[in-house]
Amino acid sequence: MAMFEASGTTHLQEHHEHHAGPATGIKRWLFATNHKDIGTMYLVFSLIMFFVGGAMAMVIRAELFSPGLQLVDPERFNQMTTNHALVMIFGAVMPAFVGLANWMIPLQIGAPDMALPRMNNFSFWILPFAFTLLLSTFFVPGGMAAGGWTMYPPLMLQTGDSFPMVIFAIHMMGASSIMGAINVIVTILNMRAPHMNLLKMPLFCWSWLITAYLLIAVMPVLAGGVTMLLTDHYFKTSFFNAAGGGDPVMFEHIFWFFGHPEVYIMILPAFGIISEILPTFSRKPLFGATSMIYAIASIAFLSFIVWGHHMFVDGMPLAAQMFYMMSTMLIAVPTGVKVFNWTATMWRGSLSFEPPMLFALAFLFMFTIGGFSGVMLALVPADFQYQNTYFVVAHFHYVLVPGAVFAIMAAVYYWIPKWTGHMYSMRLAKTHFWLSTIFVNLLFFPQHFLGLAGMPRRIPDYAVQFTDWNRVSSIGAFGFGLAQILFVIVIIQCIRGGKKASAEVWDGALPTGLEWTLPSPAPYHSFTTPPDVK
Amino acid sequence: MRVTRGDDGRSAALSRKFGFAGALCLAALGWAASAAANTSNGYNLPLGVTEVSRDIYALHMEAFWICVGIAVLVFGAMIYSLLKFRHSRGAVADTTMSHSTQVEIIWTLIPAVILVVMAIPAARVILKMEDTRNSELSIRVTGYQWKWEYQYMDAAEGIDIFSTLARDSNFARQLHSGIDPNSVPNYLLEVDHPLVVPSGTKVRLLLTSQDVIHAWWVPDFGIKRSAVPGFVNELWFRVDPGKEGIYRGQCAALCGRDHGFMPIVVDVRTPDDFKKWVGEQKAALKPAAAAAADRPADRRTAGSVQALPN
Repeated sequence: MAMFEASGTTHLQEHHEHHAGPATGIKRWLFATNHKDIGTMYLVFSLIMFFVGGAMAMVIRAELFSPGLQLVDPERFNQMTTNHALVMIFGAVMPAFVGLANWMIPLQIGAPDMALPRMNNFSFWILPFAFTLLLSTFFVPGGMAAGGWTMYPPLMLQTGDSFPMVIFAIHMMGASSIMGAINVIVTILNMRAPHMNLLKMPLFCWSWLITAYLLIAVMPVLAGGVTMLLTDHYFKTSFFNAAGGGDPVMFEHIFWFFGHPEVYIMILPAFGIISEILPTFSRKPLFGATSMIYAIASIAFLSFIVWGHHMFVDGMPLAAQMFYMMSTMLIAVPTGVKVFNWTATMWRGSLSFEPPMLFALAFLFMFTIGGFSGVMLALVPADFQYQNTYFVVAHFHYVLVPGAVFAIMAAVYYWIPKWTGHMYSMRLAKTHFWLSTIFVNLLFFPQHFLGLAGMPRRIPDYAVQFTDWNRVSSIGAFGFGLAQILFVIVIIQCIRGGKKASAEVWDGALPTGLEWTLPSPAPYHSFTTPPDVK
Repeated sequence: MRVTRGDDGRSAALSRKFGFAGALCLAALGWAASAAANTSNGYNLPLGVTEVSRDIYALHMEAFWICVGIAVLVFGAMIYSLLKFRHSRGAVADTTMSHSTQVEIIWTLIPAVILVVMAIPAARVILKMEDTRNSELSIRVTGYQWKWEYQYMDAAEGIDIFSTLARDSNFARQLHSGIDPNSVPNYLLEVDHPLVVPSGTKVRLLLTSQDVIHAWWVPDFGIKRSAVPGFVNELWFRVDPGKEGIYRGQCAALCGRDHGFMPIVVDVRTPDDFKKWVGEQKAALKPAAAAAADRPADRRTAGSVQALPN
């Protein structure tokens, strides 16, 4: 893979300097300390995991195509739902954002590299081992974990031999995330170009700075929770065992204290990406940039005080139900500000519809739909009907797939010419966009109906009145899955060659930020002398 | 490029057309909402047969319409921008429009007010749902992997029912069973022994579990609550008189391999019929009363309960 090498002239000039260009062969990747190489590895890893998790989703949707069991045993089905979630969250979405952070933060703040390059290498190389361990549980007695990605005890304690493997894999993923987060914080706080004060910093860096703090705050909580599961299982503790004085619901509190900020860890960088792309293709500065930063910060703060809304039906004091309902609804306010500001950015702009813009627009519409169902879910009495039905599945997939995943795709389409130095096929990318958008709605919109009509989530088989919408949903899933092959084709073509991209890449639009001052592809060491920001 | 008058006219016609389509969609949704019956129509919550379920339905529809209203405004503004401010039509960006404190304060406050408007009726319903006082019949509900046990208290003390997936559903749901689920009546939603309750009576359920966390849910009653091992959760419902009949639900918390196969069926009868049923059950119990002392131990072995670690 020579595509990210520095251009020929730079290579020659720096030939005699120490550490000038990339090492060759496998060493370049194994011992990588360059932010671009590591970013590339994160992104490739994330894409592979997207297909692994996607394959599990295909098994789920294929089984749900018709009532009755046709393909898999119920236990295997539960293993698929559990590991689909773990792989997509920890393997696809989070590493993709870390990959984008690695690539773009030094470019956007005018730094030569990330602040802690060796830790950067370590935090990436943990991941292939963590996921090899997680996925290898497919072959151990008792199969993969099947207690849901939420891992509620006592059910989780019934897991077979894969139990300690899953927990160790989660520990490794958590360690990787924390190291990645530390690197982002140190880089942003110490390596900004002269005169780039924090409020001048691009929104993508801002969203990642806040996300990184969330990661450091909650990953240890998850690690603690799963360690308590481990000691309950092997060392006779009774944290979650009522017979020994413990409480299974306490695990839910611990888990969701991690889990809710985790949800925002997966969406805040997406907010940053959208805030970069919309202004570019609206040819107009982001509306209310400062209030956008405050909105991200408020959402991050609120994320720590809403976890109870995942547990309304588990028995909760009246006052707590009221509190979590109000605090959850409050999140709609800063989120609303963001959506309104994005709309105002487009207002009286001059819009063009390149692939990144298309994905950003789809994000805007469909993330808002996910937001609406979120507000409805916050209403405690209504939640008593929605909880653990397909309505919830529809809600979080709307914010995660046409939300987070579309934002990641938008980011790739936006910045890949800067990475490879080539433009990609606009026609193929637009085809990928339209197929994805149509099928993702076919996939997830009917799930609202299924949930309201009474279909619980995480079931391998259903009563016959749910057949029609499940069929539609499954067809949408197969279509969406197949459409992603186009994504891979576009990326490979763009790496191999294509029209030469200019430094600004999106000439004619209004790309702002330091990354566009560098040639495409960006030189191996981004900014060897700090650029001056006026 | 210039925006000509003709272009403007066309985009206006386009947005009129969109407006018309939008109105049609709304009308269809409104019709769908009004068509809601006791049980779900296949794409919306059921109106249900208890006061609480109707309150929830009203709350749900209120929230839905508020969301539709906001969606019309926000998506309307977005779609208008997409149609009107196109680079390809020569639109020129107004780069001076970068912020407005006034506007931003307005669109922070208005959603906050809307949320309060939604939260107040919701809080009222919560108070009602949580008030388990003055119940007329209490039933202890225990979740097992994968069945429910109903132990009656108060006037029906002594009646103890295990409720398991019906045999024909159980045969049909096996992997490669070759039985068409459509040929099985109430596939996956039928049990051998339903829970029997009287209408017009405040029934309180005391939920717990013997193994993992389950959740008891009957959509038509508007209630769902977890059954947590070692703890007791309460819920109550009162089915409207005149709404006697069979109501169905399912376990709503992932509880292992057969989570999808532990339905809940409630047979609601008039208070008189219920009394008659209690009499029959008790009469049947009497010969077995002597053996009742061993029951807890029996249950543990018969219920295929997996032992918890330590």
